[in-house]
Amino acid sequence: MLRFILKRAGLAILVAFTVSLISFSLLFLSGDPAAAIAGEHASDQDIEAIRRIYGFDRPMLLQYWEWLSSALMGDFGESYYFKLPVAGLIAERLSITMTLGVCGISFALLTAVPLGVAAAIRPNSLLDRFALFLSVAGQAMPSFWFGLILIVVFSIQLGWLPPSGTATPLHFVMPTIVLGYYAMPAIMRLTRAGMLEVLSSDYIRTARAKGAPEGLVMFKHALRNAIIPVVSLAAVQMGFMLGGSIVVESIFALHGAGYLAWESISRNDLPTVQALILVFSMFYIVFTFLADVLNAWLDPRMRAG
Amino acid sequence: MTDTPILSVRNLTIDIPVGGGTLHAVRGIDFDLNRGETLCIVGESGSGKSLTSLALMGLLGKKISRRADRMEFDGIDLMKTSQRGMRKLRGLRMSMIFQEPMTSLNPAYTIGDQLAEALLLHKKVSREQARARAVELLEKVGITAAKSRLSQYPHQLSGGLRQRVMIAMALMCEPELIIADEPTTALDVTIQAQILRLLVDLQKELGMAMILITHDLGVVARVADKVAVMYAGELVETGPAADVFGAPAHPYTRGLLRCIPVPGKTERGAELGTIPGIVPSLVGEVSGCPFRTRCDHAVDACRQPIPLREQQAGRHSFRCVHPDGRAASPQEVPA
Ligand SMILES: Nc1ncnc2c1ncn2[C@@H]1O[C@H](COP(=O)(O)OP(=O)(O)OP(=O)(O)O)[C@@H](O)[C@H]1O
Ligand code: SF4
Ligand SMILES: [Mg+2]
Repeated sequence: MLRFILKRAGLAILVAFTVSLISFSLLFLSGDPAAAIAGEHASDQDIEAIRRIYGFDRPMLLQYWEWLSSALMGDFGESYYFKLPVAGLIAERLSITMTLGVCGISFALLTAVPLGVAAAIRPNSLLDRFALFLSVAGQAMPSFWFGLILIVVFSIQLGWLPPSGTATPLHFVMPTIVLGYYAMPAIMRLTRAGMLEVLSSDYIRTARAKGAPEGLVMFKHALRNAIIPVVSLAAVQMGFMLGGSIVVESIFALHGAGYLAWESISRNDLPTVQALILVFSMFYIVFTFLADVLNAWLDPRMRAG
Repeated sequence: MTDTPILSVRNLTIDIPVGGGTLHAVRGIDFDLNRGETLCIVGESGSGKSLTSLALMGLLGKKISRRADRMEFDGIDLMKTSQRGMRKLRGLRMSMIFQEPMTSLNPAYTIGDQLAEALLLHKKVSREQARARAVELLEKVGITAAKSRLSQYPHQLSGGLRQRVMIAMALMCEPELIIADEPTTALDVTIQAQILRLLVDLQKELGMAMILITHDLGVVARVADKVAVMYAGELVETGPAADVFGAPAHPYTRGLLRCIPVPGKTERGAELGTIPGIVPSLVGEVSGCPFRTRCDHAVDACRQPIPLREQQAGRHSFRCVHPDGRAASPQEVPA
C-alpha cells in the first residue's frame, strides 16, 4: 500500500510539473505579453521598455525557473489589473470556491449514492423511476436556469434564503444545491449501474449463502465494491466544480476563484490566469491522487499497480 | 441418527419469467437424502441442476418462483420458512459451494475476514475465536501456512486455493448438509481430483449429507450413494448409484453411460457415444417426455404425461413409457 502511494505521488508530481510548464508557456502562446500589458495605443518603445522591466527579453527557461520557484514559495507575481499580489487575491477567492465545491460534492454524493443504491435494490420501482426522472431533469436543466428558479422561489417569493453574497452559511445553500445537482445525475447512474452489476455477482450469492442479512449484503459486500468507480468520478467532478463553478458563482454573486478566472481572462490579466490555471490543476491532481489512494484502500487489487 | 431424511423433496417446480412467457426450468422433482449420504445430480448443461440446489438454499432471487408439495430440511418446511429463517439455516446447517471459485469470494476483503464472517454470523464467538477456527479449517482443507493466508486477498490465490477456501468457509459452522455445485469444473484437470477427494473425505469425516452436482460420471461412480439424472428440468431417473449404473432404465441415462468408456465393459474401439438431437424449449407449455426429440424408442405415448415407474420398488424409479426398461438393462442387480 505504501509503495502504491509513493508511486502515485511520484506520478502526480510529474503531472504537476508538466502542467506548470504548460501554464507558464500560456503567457507566450497568447501573443506578446509586453504588448498586452502596454495596451492598444502604446508605442514600440513603450512596449520594449515594458518587456525589459518585466524581464520578457531573458531566456525562456530562466523565466520559467524564476516563475516556478517563486510560485512554489507562494509568490505568483502581481496582477496586471489589480496591481496586487496574485497569491493574496486567489487565496481570498479560493476559500469561497472551496467551500462551495466541498458543499456541492457532499450534497451530490449524499443524495446520489443513497438514491443509486435504492434504485439498484429495486430496479424499475417507483423510486427507481423517480431517481431517473431527477437525473434526466438535472442533466437537461441548465445551471443558470435552475439557479434563477431557486432564487425566484426561495428568495423572492418565500423569502427564506438570501439571493446573493457570501455573508452567512445560508448564502451557500442555493449555490450548493445548484452545483451539487449538476454533478448528481452521473454519480447516481454510476452508483446504480455499479450496484446492479455487483449484486448479480457470485460473491454476493456467497454472502447470502453464508446467511448474511440483506443489510450486510448490500453495504458491506456490495456497496464497498460498487463505490470504487464512483470515487474516481467524484474526484473528477470536484475538479470541475472548482474550475467550472463560474456560472453558479455569477448567478449568486459569489466572488470565487471561478469568477476571478473569468474576469482575469477578459482583462488579459495573465499572471492571475496563469496562477489560477496552476492552482486549479494542482487541485485536480491532488483530488485524483486522493481518489487513487482511496480506491486502493477500497480495492486491494489496485494496490499492486 | 434419526430415520427421517435430512432432505425430502416432492414435486419441486421452478418457473422463470422470460420475455416470451414462462420458462418451466424445473418440473416436479422428487428425492430424499439421508444423513451422511451423498446424492449426485447429473445431467447436461441447462437441465436445472443449479436451479434445484439454489431453490433448496432459498437463493433463487425474487424473479424466479418455486413450488413444491414438500421441501423439508430435517423436518423443517423450507417452503414455509421466512427469509429470516432461511438466513439462520444457510451457512449454519446447510452450506453451498459454487462452481466459480475465481469470482465467489469478495475481492475487497481478506480471506480471514470472509472466513470469520461465516462463523460470526451464526455463533456468539469473539473475532479471535473465529479467526482461530478459520486457521483450523484452512489447515483441514490442506492449505499450508494457514495463519498467514488470513491476511491475503482472494486475487492473491490460485483457483484451486480459492476453492479450498470456499470449502473451508462452507464448513465453518459444521453444517449437516453441503451442496457442491460443480465444485471442480472451473479448475485445472490436475487440481480437480484433489479438490474432489478433499471434499469427499471431509464429508465422510464430518458425517455431512452432500449433494454433489457434476458432469463427471466417473466421479459419480466413485462417490455417490444415490444418483439423480436430470434432463431438461425433469428428474428422469433416480436410485442407488449401484442400481442406476448397473441397470439404467431410462434411455437418456443409458445414453449418458454410453458416453463414458468403462474399463472392461466398453469394447475397444467402440465409438464414444454422444446423444444426437436438440433439447426442447422449456418456454410455455411442456408436455410429454422431454427426451422424445432425441430418443430412439420414442412412440406416440411419449407425447402424453409419462408415469413414474419403478425399476425396483421404493428404490430405483424412472420416467419412461418404454415397454420394458428392465429387460433392456445390461445386467440384473440383486434386490
Ligand atoms: N436467472 C435466470 N434467468 C433466466 N433463465 C435462467 C436463469 N437461471 C437459469 N436459467 C435457465 O434455466 C435452465 C436451467 O439452468 P441451471 O443453471 O439450473 O442449469 P444447470 O443444470 O445447472 O446447467 P450447468 O451444467 O450449465 O450448470 C437453463 O436453461 C438456464 O438458461
Ligand atoms: S418416454 Fe418415450 S421418448 Fe421419453 S425416454 Fe421413454 S421412450 Fe424415449
Ligand atoms: Mg449449473
